[in-house]
Amino acid sequence: MKTNTLLAGLALLAACFIICPGAWAADKMSAISGAGATFPYPVYAKWASAYYKLTGIKMNYQSIGSGGGIKQVKAKTVDFGASDAPLKPKELEKSGLIQFPMIMGGVVPVVNLRGIEPGQIRLSNRLMADIYLGKVRKWNDERIKAENPGLSLPGRTITVVHRADGSGTTWIFTNYLSKVSPQWKEKVGSAKAVAWPAGIGGKGNEGVASYVKRISGSIGYVEYAYALQNHLTYVKLKNREGAYVEPNSKTFQSAAANADWENARGFYMVLTDQPGKDSWPITGASFILMHKVQQRPDVARAALKFFDWCYKKGPKMAEKLDYVPMPMKVVDLVEKTWKNEIKDSSGNPVWP
Amino acid sequence: MNKQQNKEHAPGKGHGNRGNMLDVLFTSAARICALLVLLIIIAIMASLFMGAWPALRKFGLSFLTSAEWNPVTEQFGALVAIYGTIVTSIIAMVIGVPVSFGIAIFITELCPAWLKRPVSTAIELLAAIPSIIYGMWGLFVFAPFFGDYIEPWISDHLGELPFIGPFFSGPPLGIGVLTAGIILGIMVIPFMAAVFRDLFEVVPPVLKESAYGIGATTWEVIRNIVLPYTKTGVVGGIMLGLGRALGETMAVTFVIGNADRLETSLLMPGNTISSSLANQFTEAVGEIYTSSLIALGLILFLITFIVLSFAKFFLLRLTLKEGAKT
Repeated sequence: MKTNTLLAGLALLAACFIICPGAWAADKMSAISGAGATFPYPVYAKWASAYYKLTGIKMNYQSIGSGGGIKQVKAKTVDFGASDAPLKPKELEKSGLIQFPMIMGGVVPVVNLRGIEPGQIRLSNRLMADIYLGKVRKWNDERIKAENPGLSLPGRTITVVHRADGSGTTWIFTNYLSKVSPQWKEKVGSAKAVAWPAGIGGKGNEGVASYVKRISGSIGYVEYAYALQNHLTYVKLKNREGAYVEPNSKTFQSAAANADWENARGFYMVLTDQPGKDSWPITGASFILMHKVQQRPDVARAALKFFDWCYKKGPKMAEKLDYVPMPMKVVDLVEKTWKNEIKDSSGNPVWP
Repeated sequence: MNKQQNKEHAPGKGHGNRGNMLDVLFTSAARICALLVLLIIIAIMASLFMGAWPALRKFGLSFLTSAEWNPVTEQFGALVAIYGTIVTSIIAMVIGVPVSFGIAIFITELCPAWLKRPVSTAIELLAAIPSIIYGMWGLFVFAPFFGDYIEPWISDHLGELPFIGPFFSGPPLGIGVLTAGIILGIMVIPFMAAVFRDLFEVVPPVLKESAYGIGATTWEVIRNIVLPYTKTGVVGGIMLGLGRALGETMAVTFVIGNADRLETSLLMPGNTISSSLANQFTEAVGEIYTSSLIALGLILFLITFIVLSFAKFFLLRLTLKEGAKT
């Protein structure tokens, strides 16, 4: 008697296992799944919910970090991956992926100096590198004074604050330092986490921000949206054209518009230290990764439709969250690439 | 007792069989559970070792002795993290053990009856606070206070002394190895205090009262009656606290400063094994980088293992000595 009940139970369980995946797969047709970078998560989530209301198509995005996103898209467990740092063309080719920039943001140096307002203090690219190398140690250093005539600077020690966790923000920031300082490039280099020659590490943007707020005479770097929302004392930077620029969506867009996208193979383009008088030197784009050959062209088409909608109808929502939309010039290039590169298994283009 | 049981089971052979069967079932279930723990530990050890193998093969023993941690050039060494883990745990123990003892002695020996309940409950509540709360409290409340008022004093007075001076000099950032150690100390206190209290309470009152009767002071009673009676448990309680201090992640990450540099001064930032793992694992790319992080995990596992074995060994020697004495 008891055995019978047990057997029946087991059978029921087995039936569940057999039926459920089927139901799940059917459901998936109307859903796009992605995983990766945490930096663009708020705007992707916002776009997804707006798009769902409009079309009934769901977009599930897990912000597990760029590293995880790249691994998952390579393993084809998600329809697209997202990364804050572009993959090198060689790596793209090796794994049969294409990438394109989706949204931009900037990295902003912030300081804690008594009596100094946001945008009041000005630094050159070379000074930023030397401060982070631990070579410029006092705020009243002659070189800082030379950039800021008329500003009274304290004789405080500079405390450098950096990210402790591996992050795309660090990747963009160290890429910038490597470009503007040969010594940084040689001694430290650029990656999501590096061996910092000086300073202390905070976890996440909020960790860096709270250290900077706490320690008088400190300098750190955070994402633009974060600096803006928390009213941190940001720094004006002297870009490669010698002009002092403030971090805002105009200067980020200038960096993106002046970048030479057409000659960037696989959209491998880092927006740091770009030409243009108005260009903010520490700008970065967040990228989407997809397979060139799509086994399920209908899902891929749905994903591309969603991205197209984001490019065209999404900018307002992005700006509200203090992200910077891609310039239309770049969007046209991206959509051309979709047409040429993304194919289904029999070689027909998926887009449009 | 036995006879009675036999009598109870006697009527009806089937019933007896059933009882036997249940007994066998129960014993084997219990045995499987115990073996499962062993199996899981071996499996964890094996998978850690397999994951860590590429890094261990590449760096060899220098992984333990190198202080370099450079994801760009893929040169990894665990020395900074090992040092930070051990030093923060030592600081935590130096603070935690005496305070927990004090709390437990107060509750069991000195406390008026009406205060016993509230103090005990407060300690249990402290133990239930999630570690991230300690971390945030450490970062937003304790570190500023410590950096503004305590650390300048430490660096002015202790920083000048010979020998220990270098450990206590440096800029008063409020964030660093010492802060992390103190936060850890506060975190382990409720655990150890609760264990010590329970232990001290099971000491037979007859023993204590006889000691008081022959004129022993409270301290003498603790020293000569309570501690010898409970020593196994006390060492176990300390190990429990030490285990928590060694493995604590979130609270430490918030206040230690996360710098992969070896500094003599306790006021300077450092890093621990678990905090390195928490910070870097999600964004680690490349085989050697990931593998080095797993190797760090393996080292933490080994440190905990060594500490526990040492404690067992220590206890064994203690009991052996006792046997020789009597």
